[in-house]
Amino acid sequence: MKKENFLWSAVKTGLIFGAIAIFLCFVGMVEVFSKRDVIEEIITLGQFVLLATMVSAGLVASRQTSSLLEKNTPVSNLVAGLVAGLLTGLILALLVVIGAQINLRAVFLNASPALYKLLTFDKGVGNVWILPTIGAVAGLIGAAYLLLPQILSRPITRSIFFVIFMALFSGLFRVIMINQGAGMSRAAKYIFGQTGVTSPGALIFFFGVILITIFWDFRGKAIQSGIASLPKGGQLSLRVIAIIVIVLIILLLPLASGPFIAQVIVTVALFVLMGLGLNITLGFAGLLDLGFVAFYAIGAYTVGLLTSYGPFGLQHIPFWVAVPIAVLVSMGAGFMLGLPVLGIRGDYLAIATLGFGEIVRLLAGSDFLAPFFGGPQGIIGIQKPCLGLLEPFVKVDVPRICNGIELGKPQDIYYIAVASALLIAFAAWRLRESRLGRAWMSIREDEDVAEALGVNLIQTKLLAYMLGAAMAGLGGAIFATLIGSIFATSMQLLVSINVVSLIIVGGMGSIPGVIVGAIALIGLPELLREISEFRYLLYGMTLIIMMITKPEGLWPSQATRRELHHAEVEAGVKV
Amino acid sequence: MTTILTATKVNKRFGGLVAVNSVDFEIPEKAIVSMIGPNGAGKTTFFNCITGFGKCDEGEIVFEGTPIQRLRPDQISRLGISRTYQNIRLFAEMSALENILVGQHIFLHSSWVSAVIGTPKVHQEEKIALAEAQRLLDFVGLKGQGDMMARNLPYGAQRRLEIARALATKPKLLLLDEPSAGMNPRETEDLTAFIRRLRDELGITIFLIEHHMRVVMGISENITVLDYGEKIAEGTPTEIQRNPRVIEAYLGRGAATEGMANASDRFSNEKNSIQH
Repeated sequence: MKKENFLWSAVKTGLIFGAIAIFLCFVGMVEVFSKRDVIEEIITLGQFVLLATMVSAGLVASRQTSSLLEKNTPVSNLVAGLVAGLLTGLILALLVVIGAQINLRAVFLNASPALYKLLTFDKGVGNVWILPTIGAVAGLIGAAYLLLPQILSRPITRSIFFVIFMALFSGLFRVIMINQGAGMSRAAKYIFGQTGVTSPGALIFFFGVILITIFWDFRGKAIQSGIASLPKGGQLSLRVIAIIVIVLIILLLPLASGPFIAQVIVTVALFVLMGLGLNITLGFAGLLDLGFVAFYAIGAYTVGLLTSYGPFGLQHIPFWVAVPIAVLVSMGAGFMLGLPVLGIRGDYLAIATLGFGEIVRLLAGSDFLAPFFGGPQGIIGIQKPCLGLLEPFVKVDVPRICNGIELGKPQDIYYIAVASALLIAFAAWRLRESRLGRAWMSIREDEDVAEALGVNLIQTKLLAYMLGAAMAGLGGAIFATLIGSIFATSMQLLVSINVVSLIIVGGMGSIPGVIVGAIALIGLPELLREISEFRYLLYGMTLIIMMITKPEGLWPSQATRRELHHAEVEAGVKV
Repeated sequence: MTTILTATKVNKRFGGLVAVNSVDFEIPEKAIVSMIGPNGAGKTTFFNCITGFGKCDEGEIVFEGTPIQRLRPDQISRLGISRTYQNIRLFAEMSALENILVGQHIFLHSSWVSAVIGTPKVHQEEKIALAEAQRLLDFVGLKGQGDMMARNLPYGAQRRLEIARALATKPKLLLLDEPSAGMNPRETEDLTAFIRRLRDELGITIFLIEHHMRVVMGISENITVLDYGEKIAEGTPTEIQRNPRVIEAYLGRGAATEGMANASDRFSNEKNSIQH
């Protein structure tokens, strides 16, 4: 087969990336992102996104050139990168020129004068040639990057990503550091600007990471083998120290970061709880449940009804008594759901459970059951947890007085949520390694064979539904106390879909995967407020890219890893 | 000799099609018996009736005095019947060791609560189960491959792992559905020896479906022939080779009338070549 001309392929790459750049402009991403800096007064996030598109154009074109030409010289790579980057820039320039003549706003709302101003760097349409120039240079850089030896390219990539990471989360780190007192506060203001890192900060991060990477490249092996050669006791104490450090960070984080971060972490922990629950039904037992939010709702409503001092409170018992009851009630609900859908498999099961989730949400919010669940008004006045004795209930709308420490603030709930998430993660891990865990997985793999080997399908499946539901119910119970009120409208189908997505992104059936997935899909969007406008766009993109490039998830389950390790060891022996 | 399994007048219909038509069948204890027949004769369907995969419509199947035709597959497996599958059905995304551990499911009794708490009893039980699984892995010659994902094992190893998994349920009766399918002559020979070992060393009764005449004639003590769901013959390998109805079923009516002698020669040739 005749191979394609590399220049033609570079042109195509340039056109594709040009289209991507225009798409980013038209959805408004460039404009919104321009309000944030990556490096203060040097480059905004919006500019960075466009620049990254051009550099990637060069990179991709250069890579294609390497695969198309048998004997490629660095020059042909650079030419291809230049062409691709130039074209990307040209297309953007074309957009500006056309936009100056015709009003595109009728169709593309975001094709505003502000956008053109950004694209021409405030210098007017006459200076539009800057764009292709930048594109060409960026393309060249991208192409050149591929030609660098790995020893150079790796530290550079890492430092660039680290700078961007620090810039995106600058607000977070800034707040944490400023809370630490005057010295730290001055350092924070030196490194972090209002919406990004400052140029000295960027330099510090950039060269800091480069130095560390290079150091690790040269000395890492020696350090690793040094640790491995330590006596057993030494290794153990190292591990103990690591655990103590992690525990200290977990304990002190909310004190240092303030309520906002604590609340974000609580949200993540609640999704971890739901994720762990669904990981049992879906990840282990392979039973797709699209109505998982129902159990969350049932847990939340149970705690609400049992502890609320509002008009719908049935009982006024302490949080600590209500939570186990809520877990049991959710478990019962799992049983009730499981029973009718026992014989249903695959797609049909997904639809049946979807219906279950919607029924629970609609019932909770219905006028028909409003006398019990408050209907659209929801349940308000949920008693905060109290470490100590609660004084007796007096009258409606007056919370019981807590003789002790009241855990009212998000920072307080943080401890409950994180502790529950860790505890449940541990339980899930124990279950996975048990007889029941293996039975679940065998059902996931082949139901008929599992049954022929003596696995009782009814019992095992029901347990999967019940234990999964219990975990989600615990999450809901904590959610109710965190917010202090529950509304049926917060129990949307979207929550269920989020949970399914986080499991898939994290790695089906993997417990650390659930945590990683929850941080990636729930935590990051919460922290990056500016991006939240494009949350679901990015969300969808992430899912598609993940499924294409890394279908096993960010943190695949143990079996996969164990096997990979096994293969490595064998290869090592052969060599 | 005592019989371990007796089937009387077993019927199985799929709509209008009679897949198994009033078959009577007996397996003596600690025997190796086979069922042969052309494709679509109803052999696997009959297997499924015994293991509870597809319940038979009429008739009775008694295993060691217990009627099993109405039991669920997991209950039947608890009684001591285990099987392998024509197209390998391992738990692909689980390791080889985990596959065998699932087979031991019925002998483990820890509840999920004690598993979460991690009581010493659970640890003890898991430890024993793991040792047993390792032993079975060694027994089928897959030593050291326990951490491999089942789907990544080579074909022959998958077959053996499937047998190991079936053995983990400590069966009294083992049903093998075309165990030699897709094997080369060398592997087939190993398999034949292995099946004999199962019976001689472990005292397991073997019932196999097989297309490979070398294997069937080589190890079976008794052969049943099925055609269009009906039992057309039963007997020792030699008897079956001479049976005109069997030859007709396999080679067509012409062969049965004209070349009786020839055809029976062909059967015995195959048999001889095993003995050599």
